[in-house]
Amino acid sequence: MDFPFELLLNALIAGLLLGGFYAAVTVGISISFGILDIVNIAHPAFIILGSYIAYIVNQRLGLDPILTAVIVLPVFYMLGSAVYQVYYLSFEKRGQEALRGLAFFFGLLFVTEVLLILVFGVDYRYVQAAYIEKTLRFGFFDLPLRMLVPFLVSAVLLAGLQIFLSKTFTGRAIMAVAQDQLALSLMAADPIRIKRIAFAISIATAAIAGALLIIIQPVEPSVGREYIGRVFAICVLGGMGSLPGTVIAALLLGIVESITSTFYGPSWAPAVAFGFLLLTLAVRPAGLLGR
Amino acid sequence: MTDPLLQVENLGKRFGGFVALDGINLDVANGERLGLIGPNGSGKSTLVNCLCGTLHNETGAVRFNGTPVNGLLAHQRTHLGMARSFQLPRPFHTLTVAENLRVPLLYTVNARPDTSLSESEIEDRCHEFLRLVSLEHKARKMPRDLTQVEMRKLELARAMAADPKLLIADESMAGLSQSEVKDIVALLIRLNERGITIILIEHIMSAVMSFSQRLVVLVSGKKIADGNPDDVIRDPEVERAYLG
Amino acid sequence: MRNWQFFLAALAVSGLAYLGTRLIGNDYVYFAGYVVLQFVVLATAWNILGGYCGYVNFGSAAFFAIGAYSTVALHKFPQLSARYLPETLNSVVEFIFPLSIPVMIVIGGAIAGLVGLGTGYLTLRLRGVFFAIATLALAVVLQTLIVNWDYVGGSRGAYIIRPNTTPYFDINYIEYLFIIMLLLAVIAITVARSIERSQLGYGFATIRDDELAAEATGVPTLRLKLIATTLSGAFMGMAGAPFPFYIGYLEPSSAFGLAYAVNAIAMPMIGGTTSWVGPLLGAILLGTLQQVASVTISSAVSLLIVGLLLVFFVIIAPNGIIGLWQDYFPRKEAPARENSKAEAT
Repeated sequence: MDFPFELLLNALIAGLLLGGFYAAVTVGISISFGILDIVNIAHPAFIILGSYIAYIVNQRLGLDPILTAVIVLPVFYMLGSAVYQVYYLSFEKRGQEALRGLAFFFGLLFVTEVLLILVFGVDYRYVQAAYIEKTLRFGFFDLPLRMLVPFLVSAVLLAGLQIFLSKTFTGRAIMAVAQDQLALSLMAADPIRIKRIAFAISIATAAIAGALLIIIQPVEPSVGREYIGRVFAICVLGGMGSLPGTVIAALLLGIVESITSTFYGPSWAPAVAFGFLLLTLAVRPAGLLGR
Repeated sequence: MTDPLLQVENLGKRFGGFVALDGINLDVANGERLGLIGPNGSGKSTLVNCLCGTLHNETGAVRFNGTPVNGLLAHQRTHLGMARSFQLPRPFHTLTVAENLRVPLLYTVNARPDTSLSESEIEDRCHEFLRLVSLEHKARKMPRDLTQVEMRKLELARAMAADPKLLIADESMAGLSQSEVKDIVALLIRLNERGITIILIEHIMSAVMSFSQRLVVLVSGKKIADGNPDDVIRDPEVERAYLG
Repeated sequence: MRNWQFFLAALAVSGLAYLGTRLIGNDYVYFAGYVVLQFVVLATAWNILGGYCGYVNFGSAAFFAIGAYSTVALHKFPQLSARYLPETLNSVVEFIFPLSIPVMIVIGGAIAGLVGLGTGYLTLRLRGVFFAIATLALAVVLQTLIVNWDYVGGSRGAYIIRPNTTPYFDINYIEYLFIIMLLLAVIAITVARSIERSQLGYGFATIRDDELAAEATGVPTLRLKLIATTLSGAFMGMAGAPFPFYIGYLEPSSAFGLAYAVNAIAMPMIGGTTSWVGPLLGAILLGTLQQVASVTISSAVSLLIVGLLLVFFVIIAPNGIIGLWQDYFPRKEAPARENSKAEAT
């Protein structure tokens, strides 16, 4: 039996593109959970919200989903800021973030999903853009633009965030908040304000990730749940809050999932992420790169 | 001469590249009152955590009462007779003051093969320890209703309720007033008179000096002095570590 | 009250409730009541780990589904054995099967308990949130396995024909299921209450409050957490075991529905997590509310109400209805556990 080399290569490339997209989905969690220690399991719900906004604007005005995402970034930023304020006052300040904070985000996840079902129903929705149907061909492998465009946008997003976190004052204050609140107050920065900014940024990335998601696949309200396991698997595997680690873990997961669905069928793909996560938790809780 | 109660040999612990403890050797005799001092970050708390099993040391060995305790979990060491109080009091905040004391009685004292306290004996012991630290009138209060000094006393009483041979008191007096410090020192000496070996980690020198029979100084993860308290504080190396 | 006295009292109360339903004389009461009781068991089970130990389980649906699917697997087993097993073994199987529902509840509970033990063993040495995330993951892994497992119906689902007759009494089958769930609820609540007032309950409370201090006072925290995950998982599985007979047609998306996960958390949180009363109260209130809202408005709206109530309560009333009650009618000093002295032994 000859080994299906072309199939494998195509699966690899598809996985790489998919992984790039996963990095954009996860980066928000890497900031909120990895850096700020806020277990925002509602993040995928905000992503789906982003997808639906891209869908409505695309359907009504014919605007490109990525452009829409950039326009609504400030709105998502403010939403994130508000959510953090509620979270801080109700849980972090009272020291109850463990049990009730988790329940709070779980409630947000659920409420968002049910609201979307009530408004839009459970039908799959999709967007239209010139590049979605096109595919570049190089010899025997394919580069569908539907995957390539999100990959590139994601690369820009991650590079931008990495520069922001390492080069600007606010960015470095965000990285410091994870390690040492005292050092932060010596830098004359209010830790609560810094955390609010960081959390707001993490929610803002959901607008972009949502637009990318609906470019890649049709979306219905409960799709978000499939991403909960993926994003946390990637975040933990990537070493909690390291952006380069996030990218590596995302690419790895994308490739493994793509190969699994090519050779064993797509119905097994969701289990891969969670299998990954359980293994990571059991064997190497510090992640691939460590902190 | 009998074996020491606690034997620490060449104990080492690193955090990443930072050496927190560097080859510590320490013997503590049965019934002794030992003071342990050192500047902030000198490794005192790390030493306590390694002794009690909260952290795991990378090198060296700890023997307690003749038993090697390396690799034992914290609660197993408590069962052997090692008890500690925490630097910042960590009461069980959903249990009452009296119930806080029940926990070590149920899980440590009653877990020993030769003991089985009845319900009324547990009740009596709770009140005995509360009397010892004069918190009897607060038995049914929640920990959040206690004052700072009462919280410290609860922390010590809870450690005592585990019926330990060795009590490690980690900065039990920080933030207390002069008279409260005296109160706690007197309490620790009373406990020692009941035959319990005590290691006191403390910053307040007057307390350390009035309490300790022997003084050990840690600096940057190393033991730099060990002996009679009056001699140790006159040791030039110790003076340099504290002043320079 | 001692545990057996409480058990008898609870039995008497539920017996009266059952008599009340007979007076109404409408099967709809049993259909609706079954769901509410199922939530009582599920919420009580969740609270053993979540409320007493402080470990959040988002995967209640997975444990529930394990119970439900173990029933499907057992139900189909005689067909399998008739086809593949030798004659002698098959006759043994035919002698034993079909199993009665209480037996299937025990088996489903045992399997779910083992899965709970395994999950706990994998994750409980890490920080608490990893346990929560792992339970989310567990739900999806199991759902994927079930979807790909043809024997129990795969993604198409499986039909279970509800028998017309009951084995013991001359009552409707749905009434029989209702009685079984009523008994299970009584057992779950009695177990939860007896834990609260035992040494185990103190141990669980120390884990919730401060694990480091718990270890320092001699509490074997890891072992206790494993006991809690096992017990909690087992009761969730038991709640799910009779479900295929209730629903008649079991498909993965209904067994793994997010509604179970949300309700299992929302009910104790809204009722109050520190004692057995909270989940019971929460399940009865929210369960009834959802039954009414699903009939009068729509099931999506009823779920939305649950979600909003959950968010509302964790922000405004962190100790649930019980907490509100205690704030308005404070007891003299020592709350709860007062009478434990006479009982624990």
